[in-house]
Amino acid sequence: MGEAVSCLVVDDSRVVRKAARRILERHGFEVREAEDGRKALDACRESLPRLVMLDWNMPVMDGLEFLRAARAEFGPDEPLIMLCTTESEFDRIVTALAAGAQEYIMKPFDDEIVTGKLVQLGLLGEDAEP
Amino acid sequence: MNTESFAAIAGLVKARSGIVLTPDKGYMLETRLAPLLKQESIPSLDALATRLRDPRVESLARAVTEALTTNESSFFRDGKPFDHLRRLLPRLRAARPATHRLRIWSAACSTGQEAYSVAIILRELGIQNAEIHGSDLSREVVERAREGSFTQFEVQRGLPVQMLVKHFRQEGSRWRVSPELRAMTRFEERNLLADHRSLGRFDIIFCRNVLIYFDPPTKGRVMNALAAQLAPDGVLYLGGAETVLGLTDRLVPVAGERGAYALAGAAGAAS
Repeated sequence: MGEAVSCLVVDDSRVVRKAARRILERHGFEVREAEDGRKALDACRESLPRLVMLDWNMPVMDGLEFLRAARAEFGPDEPLIMLCTTESEFDRIVTALAAGAQEYIMKPFDDEIVTGKLVQLGLLGEDAEP
Repeated sequence: MNTESFAAIAGLVKARSGIVLTPDKGYMLETRLAPLLKQESIPSLDALATRLRDPRVESLARAVTEALTTNESSFFRDGKPFDHLRRLLPRLRAARPATHRLRIWSAACSTGQEAYSVAIILRELGIQNAEIHGSDLSREVVERAREGSFTQFEVQRGLPVQMLVKHFRQEGSRWRVSPELRAMTRFEERNLLADHRSLGRFDIIFCRNVLIYFDPPTKGRVMNALAAQLAPDGVLYLGGAETVLGLTDRLVPVAGERGAYALAGAAGAAS
């Protein structure tokens, strides 16, 4: 492995951010946190991460607004954006994908789900274990 | 649970499924059989072993075997075999007349994730004249596979979200495989130790992560039986930790493809 994968975890729940951080750091990722979309956008401007793990429902700026703003500012391919939300309606998923999200996790998540998605995104090798 | 009870239950499972439960699996017996004990109001595993001595308790014996042999599954499990399959299928298709129906067997299909993963690949490749036959020892999982209805947890294991929205429909809190994919699949209850000749020939067979539970002679016997159903240029996929070495001489590894096996002596075994 070369440089550590940089990752921004965006969620208004500190508990969820910590849970995500634990999983990502075990894979050697470098993790920053933000509690809403506005702060996440600031963090991206400071330094663009490889991956943003993004909650939907947050105060100030929600996940979808962040997603649209990030795609407008940084283009379609980077950073990789993976929703991670209790929103599990088909239409919501399609909306996020149409707005340029690469992946989508329906909460609750566990290590196996997150690790599997990281493999699918090409951020981890096939043999990565949850 | 005393050792006699363990031996009795393990003996029953081996006789019915070929699966060998080693003595270190005591804990697994307890956790897997606990719901059944509760449901049947049987006070302990020792009491269960005593009950199973009566040959008339067929449904109980079946339930015990199913509880101890059902395995977790995920979509596109282990990735690599499916990458290989994506390259292999167009070549197999091209080597056959258009009227030939490609046949894929998901042996030990569990709840159907492997079969539906294959169906997704076939659809994405635009290969239409094809069918997937899933089989499993457990009646319960075969019924679930047939339903093609998965929990939110299950559809997030191994399945990229783009495939989820393309090939599944949301039904309440569950996700059901699209009718198009279900139409390509068939599922049946089948013991891997049975005679498979009536199934006919398959172009591709998946039999992953189940032979590891068998003793070597049984492994060899099952591999030979699967090889007998495989087309001359077909491929058998075994689990990553499984091997044919010393077990059968009818199958050889496909060079550079972990888990893929071709018939020994077959020309141009697909790599």
